[in-house]
Amino acid sequence: MSAGASLSSRIGAALAAPIGWLAAIIDAPLKIWQRATGTTGMAAFFLAPNMLIFGVFVLAPFVINFFYSTTSGNAFFLSDRTYVGAEQYARLLDCGSYLDTSTCREDLFWNAVHNTGLFVLLQVSLLIVVSMITALILNREIVGRSFWRAVFFFPVLLSPVVVGLIWKWILQRQGLLNSVLFQFGYEPTEWLTDRFWAFAAGITVSVWAHMGFFTLILLAGLQAIPRDLYEAAEMDGTKPGRMFWRITLPMLMPNLLVVIILALIRAVQIFDEVYVLTGGGPGTSTLYLTQYIYEVGFASLLRNPGLAAAASILMGAVLVVLTLVQLQIGRRNEKKGARE
Amino acid sequence: MGRIKLTNIDRAYGKTKILHGINLDIQDGELLVLVGPSGCGKSTLLRLIAGLDQPTAGTLEIDGRDVTKTSAADRGLAMVFQSYALYPHMTVRQNLAFGLENIRMDKAEIDSRINEAARMLEIGQYLDRRPGQLSGGQRQRVAIGRAVVRNPTAFLLDEPLSNLDAELRISTRAEIAALHKRLATTMVYVTHDQVEAMTLANRIVVMRAGRIEQVGKPLELYNEPANLFVAGFIGAPRMNLMPAKVKAVKAGSVSIESAGGLKATVKADGHKLKVGDDVTMGVRPHDLSLDGSADGLIEAEVNMTEVLGPETVAHATTSDGQKIVAVLNGQRQNSAGDTIKLGFDASKAHLFDAKGERVRSAA
Amino acid sequence: MSRAITFLTRRRGGRGWHWTDVFIWTWLIGGLIVMFGPALWLVMSSFKSPAQLAEFPPTLLPYATEQVMVEGYDKPLNLFTAKLPDGTTKVMAEVRRIGIVSQLVDPEEPGEIVKVNIADREPVRQVHFATENYTEPFEHFDFLQYLKNSVFVTVIATLITLLTNSMAAFALSKYQFRGRNFVLLLIVGTLMVPLSVLLVPLYSVISAVGLFDSLWGVILPTVATPTGVFLLRQYMLTIPDELIDAARMDNASEWQIYWRIILPLAAPALAVLAIFSVVWRWNDFLWPLVVLSRKELYTLQVGLNTYAGELNVQWHFILAMTVVTMIPVVLVFVFLQRYITAGIAGTGLK
Repeated sequence: MSAGASLSSRIGAALAAPIGWLAAIIDAPLKIWQRATGTTGMAAFFLAPNMLIFGVFVLAPFVINFFYSTTSGNAFFLSDRTYVGAEQYARLLDCGSYLDTSTCREDLFWNAVHNTGLFVLLQVSLLIVVSMITALILNREIVGRSFWRAVFFFPVLLSPVVVGLIWKWILQRQGLLNSVLFQFGYEPTEWLTDRFWAFAAGITVSVWAHMGFFTLILLAGLQAIPRDLYEAAEMDGTKPGRMFWRITLPMLMPNLLVVIILALIRAVQIFDEVYVLTGGGPGTSTLYLTQYIYEVGFASLLRNPGLAAAASILMGAVLVVLTLVQLQIGRRNEKKGARE
Repeated sequence: MGRIKLTNIDRAYGKTKILHGINLDIQDGELLVLVGPSGCGKSTLLRLIAGLDQPTAGTLEIDGRDVTKTSAADRGLAMVFQSYALYPHMTVRQNLAFGLENIRMDKAEIDSRINEAARMLEIGQYLDRRPGQLSGGQRQRVAIGRAVVRNPTAFLLDEPLSNLDAELRISTRAEIAALHKRLATTMVYVTHDQVEAMTLANRIVVMRAGRIEQVGKPLELYNEPANLFVAGFIGAPRMNLMPAKVKAVKAGSVSIESAGGLKATVKADGHKLKVGDDVTMGVRPHDLSLDGSADGLIEAEVNMTEVLGPETVAHATTSDGQKIVAVLNGQRQNSAGDTIKLGFDASKAHLFDAKGERVRSAA
Repeated sequence: MSRAITFLTRRRGGRGWHWTDVFIWTWLIGGLIVMFGPALWLVMSSFKSPAQLAEFPPTLLPYATEQVMVEGYDKPLNLFTAKLPDGTTKVMAEVRRIGIVSQLVDPEEPGEIVKVNIADREPVRQVHFATENYTEPFEHFDFLQYLKNSVFVTVIATLITLLTNSMAAFALSKYQFRGRNFVLLLIVGTLMVPLSVLLVPLYSVISAVGLFDSLWGVILPTVATPTGVFLLRQYMLTIPDELIDAARMDNASEWQIYWRIILPLAAPALAVLAIFSVVWRWNDFLWPLVVLSRKELYTLQVGLNTYAGELNVQWHFILAMTVVTMIPVVLVFVFLQRYITAGIAGTGLK
């Protein structure tokens, strides 16, 4: 351990020298700037790089998105596009019945919306239940708790491509799942080419990949509940079931609400691992909103950046609402905590 | 109702033993105080009685029933926690009702019990507030109220006054005493403050390092401490404890002497002592006076005096470095450097052998 | 040790198994299998030859059929335990297979060819790790290039992230200026417009600044992370202002204060952000997918996905390369996981 520490400190020292020279070189002109503009000017300097990138790559696109969504044509250069007002939105929202995608003008969009809606509902429910159970279990004083915590957290670190490929491999016709079921006498199924199972697989895989993260946050919330509340409830003769519903859950509720909103926000944007797993198929049964935007904006031959922009803004509106709700809950929690 | 019996209770964590062979018989309706320095195991013992912790050996009986393996929820006891542990997300009324709902009491009965307790503890106006909106003293009364509504077999109180300021502590202490008198239910009360113990208890249990040093009524402990520890723990200011050697043993009295000028004849049964044995003599600061008394005399040099009005506290040192504290009547004018002769009655002196055990007074 | 056993066997209710204990241990053990199992299966599978991969049901360990050089034949022949027509079982070498008939010779006395039904023979196998699955993609396919690209993007992006985020965090934590709250609000606003919403216009912005189809185009939009700024700001708020005042009295310039006081003191938070950033950038998929067009610029994630999406998926290579893509993250997990979990629990949900 000490050998490693001295090695890393030696590497650090070796790196520090040239970096130190670099910093010293920067110092001179900066001193001039500082003398000219004062400490507030320096604040501007420190903020500048981050805000510049932010401005160019977040703010500008945010604004430009609206321009895209109100223009038509295949071109990416704004000057090559023609203004059409709200036509793209009208196109998207043009439906006989919102529940029947075949009556919609942009049925692919509404397929994606329905798929995403169903996905969000099912995946977030499953995710919260699984994470909650795991967090409750980890909250007990079991030996090696940090080990078990790490176990459930492992898939969170994997890249979505890796996650998608691992499960694609397991769900192959000759894959692990089928061979296990085969031992029990079941015939092998092509999981990923069946509309129902491909959808279910997408949900299960994304819960597998993300539950560790939410478990961690719920666990932190559970551990913030003072132990002597449980003891007082025990002295009050409380049975375990009632303990959960009347003590644990209400105390956890603020934390839980934020977790649910966060899970919703992520689920609405689902793309990476399910795209690798099923690529939107079979047909369009696992095509979700983000993939729709990607395909319509770039990938397919009939690309329509304006339509994609309009779709992304609609999705963005949903996300903004969810994020605002989350911030509001967060602020309310802080106030409540300060009062107690 | 309310008789608790502990037999040979041990509590160990791995190799560390917190409680050693505790035997205690708590009478129905008494207010028993567990007192001792921090780390003596008194809170652990209380939690064992409550059922929040299990002994590693021994049995616990409540009214003749063995409850050693019964869970806390089923023992019929109520506890007042040091931190109050009120449910922050419930109103006071809901806090009080919670335990009663657990045993499926009907609403009318619950309401009447809550109102009764609210009247008794004067918390009626807070019933619809949340704990976060109450002061420390109000929260404490709610915590007591939560225990009261359950009509428990016994109350367990874990240092209930330690989070209150000094003035509130005194008034609440009186309220608890009044409550006990009114309800006549067994109370087991844990504190580190011997003044609380002396004023509240029917009986006191002095604990040290996981063992019971002495059990008895407050005045028994004050007048006849069983060993050096209890002698030094009960009573404030602390009893003066002075090492000495046996000079003579007569029937019913022992004469002792120390290098620092202490000469005394103590009423004690000295048949186990020999001349030259090491002993410790104890005499309380209040039992020392400047009127010369023949039974015992200490010569010491005054370091400082604290003139309080009705009394004067004199801090002095004997010639062999022994520190003495004396509480003298009236407003004495002794100043630092003066030599004083402090005298005491033989009957007020306590004698402890070389092991620290009390040498019994003659019958 | 006995203490561990006491903990392990301590159950709710003292003695005897309560149903909650059964449930808990089932959940934990099950979780262990389900969380680690698939990755282990991936690694196991990645060492199998293509022929092995096509087997059903698959074996746990990778095997290869033993081979032997037989006199009279140029190439090594596969060994089988075969049931011969005369009823005996013998280890034979397969010369060729025509349909369901296998032609076998005795490896020691290669003379007579015995014809045996393929159902009557079992390959003689030994555990064999097909490491060529790992080397081939680097030598003959572009995976080495993909690896280099991923490393480049990850390292550069992390360095830039650390620098810009810490500078911004410094400004937002230690300076009072008009509009500070506005800037904070703006950064919070970033959380509301994730990549998926900005995909189309971001693409045009990247093209406009000439970074389309370049690794810098992959890097730059990702570095101004709001999480990073908040994480560092939170930490920097705990650095006493007196230190900065003392440095100013000592005639240090603001840059020097940042460089020589703030940065070293914020090292723990910087370390956490560095770990986050490495994991995020290594795992990035959608944006590189959109920005990169030339194959030689692909990162590992994009390259892996492309190869895995082909008509004739060469699973033995894909599996191996997936393992390679997984390795850095596994290393982070094994050595640095507690920093990440502490970081997440600390910042909560920001």
